Amino acid sequence: MIKIKFFASLREEVGKNEIQIETSEKLTIAKIWNQVCDGIPLPNHVLIAINMEYTNQNAIVKDGDEVAFFPPVTGG
Amino acid sequence: MLVKITENEFNPWKYLQNHELQAGKFGATATFIGTMRDYNVGDTVKSMFLEHYPNMTEKYLQQISDIALQRWDILDTLIIHRVGEILPGDNIVLVATWAGHRTPAFDACRFLIEELKAKAPFWKQETLIDDDTRWVANHSN
Repeated sequence: MIKIKFFASLREEVGKNEIQIETSEKLTIAKIWNQVCDGIPLPNHVLIAINMEYTNQNAIVKDGDEVAFFPPVTGG
Repeated sequence: MLVKITENEFNPWKYLQNHELQAGKFGATATFIGTMRDYNVGDTVKSMFLEHYPNMTEKYLQQISDIALQRWDILDTLIIHRVGEILPGDNIVLVATWAGHRTPAFDACRFLIEELKAKAPFWKQETLIDDDTRWVANHSN
């Protein structure tokens, strides 16, 4: 099971908050995005985290991981 | 080191007053306080919702606090950040550093707020005077 989360404006753009997928193969972040985002291209500015650490779209995701996609941050 | 995310209004001066460091051991306290404005890019802003990624936010702020403590000759760090519904005049963030001397205190404090603004997973959604909402696209200087 892989948990996938979307935050802020990106959640509204893709129309998803949090989903889980079952997979037996190791997937890259880019493949996961394509699998769950219904043909929406992965925007260049999107930030990505696996298990709450920043990563990139070529990173490999394994069973049990939490993946997050979000727009540029605006805190402070 | 203290990192805290809060949904409640906070008084930065009380946090600074209550942060216990042994008297005589530090000679400089540097602080940054970010406060909500009632305007942004030419519009009046009525309120703001600050979303965050629970746990990643705390983890990231602890990581940059660790880096600051290793990189500069400082004694301690403090980061408080508000989330949820915020009104103009409310404090959003407090960053503080303590050191023997002003240069490492200033430098570490600047590093912490700049890293927070660049990469800590928070997002601002403004409500304008006509009740329209919009996500803030970029962080300002």
